[in-house]
Amino acid sequence: MRLYLKFFGIHLKSAMQYKISFILITIGQLLVSFNVFLGIFFMFHLFHEVKGYHLSEVLLCYATVLMSYSLAEIFMRGFDMFAGTIGNGEFDRILLRPRGIIFLVICGKMELTRVGRVIQAAGMLAYGMIASDITWCVDKIVTIILMVLSGSVIFGCLFLIYASICFFTLEGLEFMNILTDGAREYGKYPLGIYGKGILRFCTFLVPYSLFQYYPFLYLTGRTDNQLYTLLPIAACFFVIPCYLLWRNGVMHYKSTGS
Amino acid sequence: MRQEDINLLRITKYMSFFRMRFIAGLQYRAAALAGIVTQFVWGAMEILLFKAFYQVNAAAFPMTFEALSSYVWLQQAFLALFLTWFLENDIFQTITDGGIAYEMCRPADIYNMWFFRSMANRLSKTVLRCMPILLFAALLPKPYGIRLPNNLNAGIWFFITAFLGLLVVVAFCMLVYITTFYTLSPVGVRLLSVSLVEFFAGSVIPLPFLPKGIRQVIELLPFASMQNVPLRVYSGDIGGANIYTRAGLQLFWVVTLIWIGKKLMQTAQRRIVVQGG
Repeated sequence: MRLYLKFFGIHLKSAMQYKISFILITIGQLLVSFNVFLGIFFMFHLFHEVKGYHLSEVLLCYATVLMSYSLAEIFMRGFDMFAGTIGNGEFDRILLRPRGIIFLVICGKMELTRVGRVIQAAGMLAYGMIASDITWCVDKIVTIILMVLSGSVIFGCLFLIYASICFFTLEGLEFMNILTDGAREYGKYPLGIYGKGILRFCTFLVPYSLFQYYPFLYLTGRTDNQLYTLLPIAACFFVIPCYLLWRNGVMHYKSTGS
Repeated sequence: MRQEDINLLRITKYMSFFRMRFIAGLQYRAAALAGIVTQFVWGAMEILLFKAFYQVNAAAFPMTFEALSSYVWLQQAFLALFLTWFLENDIFQTITDGGIAYEMCRPADIYNMWFFRSMANRLSKTVLRCMPILLFAALLPKPYGIRLPNNLNAGIWFFITAFLGLLVVVAFCMLVYITTFYTLSPVGVRLLSVSLVEFFAGSVIPLPFLPKGIRQVIELLPFASMQNVPLRVYSGDIGGANIYTRAGLQLFWVVTLIWIGKKLMQTAQRRIVVQGG
């Protein structure tokens, strides 16, 4: 952990070397997701509700997804950029070091500019919490924290899958964007509104709905089943198949030789 | 040489820049396939999302659901044609690293050269991607798929306004490139072009979904002359005499943006500094 903090410090310092560029990119990140917010806002201006959800609730939902995605992007960036790591032989150097491989890949890159999105997510979260008529007792606060944390884990796993595939293809595959960017983009609304098929996919294949939809139902009082609070933790079992895939990939690794 | 020959030569010169880029773009077939799948999923999700709103209050829907489906599928199919943040890194690099000096040595106008190049780049990406998406979308059941335009007129005007829209997009991107001469860092202008412009162009939600007062202002901006017009002409959402006014506005913006771009380019070229290297 101390080593991790040290790495974190180094990344922070190096980002601060180009302050203006850092700030501009951060603002840019914020503006891009702000677009999505505007889209939601104007849709609700016209329709007032969708499948019984109100603006404040949808914003709460989008905030948790955006927050968890951005956190995963900040800390798991190494996997997102893994094609480059393999391509330029960086991974050979990682293999030589006396630490866990995953740990070193994570420490290798951090994308601190995504803080812009975290700030926006925090803003929406605050608004959603105040404007919706949810009474915030302890278990609801725990639920929302679990949602964000578990979401970051799931997105982190998806980045891990993306990186594992790079072992076989040497290149990033664009279709993985459907699972990462797509989930961020369309996870802005509670997943239930897209219909049963999508919900099933998002429950059993990639457990998005376990951290987004079901706990959200409990949060907004649409169900009293307290078990839904624990579903985000269950979602974390997604780590296991992802880790196995990764390990398989590492075994399969042949250096590109450059 | 006769004057006509010289003119001909001038056109073939830019056409060959166009051809070069077009062929280079066609090389990336695997990437295109992955892109097609991605765009298909995005389109489908988008339509499911709007369907949810449609079920809530069909009366508040500002366009027919068929028109919306066509809008979404065309948007996905022609993504590379109209996306404003789809800028060329090569050009930014040329400006910031001094490669511009070589470009200026060429016996060609830089503005025209880059203009044709960007157009070719966008077209080649689109040619590869649009057909499979449109075919898939045509196979989908009634309100969710894309169908042929109601009449021949709409079809013809779709192509005309799409071409004008492309010109507006490229002319706008040229302004982004040219500002880099003045700011030397593309970050700032790029930020604007990726964010608010996209929203004003109607790529986040179609412009009819915006409230009335705001919409009327936005529709006059050059951004509304990009994808907004052709995608809505196709499905008949913009029809009749309305087409002519919109197309006229598009033409106005093409001319204005190109004029501004050329003026800025001239000034920039006069004060350009290349430091060794």
